[in-house]
Amino acid sequence: MSASFHPSDELLVAYGAGSLDEATALLVASHLTLCPRCRSEVARIEAMGGNLLEELPPAPMGGDALADILARLDDAPVTLPPPPRKPARATASRAGSQIPAPLRAYLGGGLENVRWKRLTDGLEHALVVESGRTRARLYRIAPGIPIPEHGHGGAELTLVLQGGFSDHAGHYLVGDVACADDDTIHHPVADTDGHCICLAVTDAPLKLTGLVGRLISRFLNL
Amino acid sequence: MLDFLVQPSDDPGTKPARRKGRPIGKGTMGEECLALSGTDDAALLLSRVAEAGDREAFARLFQYYAPRVKTFMRKLGCEEALADDLAQEAMLAVWRKAAFFDPSKSAASTWIFTIARNLRIDRLRRERRPEVDVDDPALVPDTAPAADDALAQRQSGEKLRQALTGLPPEQAQIVALSFYEDKPHAEIALRLGIPLGTVKSRLRLAMKRIRAVLGDEMS
Repeated sequence: MSASFHPSDELLVAYGAGSLDEATALLVASHLTLCPRCRSEVARIEAMGGNLLEELPPAPMGGDALADILARLDDAPVTLPPPPRKPARATASRAGSQIPAPLRAYLGGGLENVRWKRLTDGLEHALVVESGRTRARLYRIAPGIPIPEHGHGGAELTLVLQGGFSDHAGHYLVGDVACADDDTIHHPVADTDGHCICLAVTDAPLKLTGLVGRLISRFLNL
Repeated sequence: MLDFLVQPSDDPGTKPARRKGRPIGKGTMGEECLALSGTDDAALLLSRVAEAGDREAFARLFQYYAPRVKTFMRKLGCEEALADDLAQEAMLAVWRKAAFFDPSKSAASTWIFTIARNLRIDRLRRERRPEVDVDDPALVPDTAPAADDALAQRQSGEKLRQALTGLPPEQAQIVALSFYEDKPHAEIALRLGIPLGTVKSRLRLAMKRIRAVLGDEMS
């Protein structure tokens, strides 16, 4: 299973360059785990970074930098290479059965560690990490449940981790990233064949629209 | 200063534990040795550091890369002294982690760039850097792995260099700023006084061109 909806070039470049905030970088790294296409794209972006580094004019190092560093080498603990890799894993062909390691690092394990908070019937969430104004949250949506229609004060990225959902722009499955910007108002609906679990990153509060949405919004300080 | 490198020291106190009697070069370290000519050399030097704790090889890498990593840090807003420290620290990480460098996966400059990038995120932003774990059981493997050897790597490195030099100036500028500004593209647009849409489209065009030059069908 391979993703059909990918982060934009700008996002991948910002991730490779190291300028993304932590919450967004977490979403991108989780997507990369599930998407070989974007992994090779980021490898190329990092190669661009290496190339640019080579081209930079050298700045003279202060003091006797070489002697200083050579004196420090003896005390620098050497990190040994990892043990030989396991051969291709058999389970990996079924994406979605497992949570990407970058996200597991924040959860301290799998989804069993998540303390869900109820938002509405069939919709739960949990904050994963906050960096500045940007927040990464997990959402769990019961089968067939529509998420209250909402717009965005900023961009929202949603990575599907389990199940799937649809909105006006498409049908998103495990590994897919849905991108909504400031003026998108959308009304996602979870697939009917099971819970849908997503990692969503917003860089501004969501603006829920509609009566229920406004009430939830005010109540929850989304 | 360099003499220090080539005088085999018998003082056990100054001998690195990892140095395993492997002869180093020709025992001289003239200026010409210090000039690294390309990533091929750097990859070789890295492997000598990894396999034999070769301090001369490391010194040459340091002479070449530390001043560039320093410029990188300066461009990203570090002050002089901090940029010096971070360049030193990045190169120490190169020494410690040399065994992780895989010439079939990336160029030496790419690997050193990622070390410098991550160090800056860690030290300056005090944030974690979420990264893919290649041994992650959740990893969806490549369906058609790319040619996976050092030669193919070098060739694609050369193509990439050409692709980057061939970019129109306005695209090259956005690519460079994407790496040298710790800012979202919206702020880069603001600073250049051009619409965000223009920044994005130039970046997309640049990436498209690079893919085309590298003979990549991905869209």
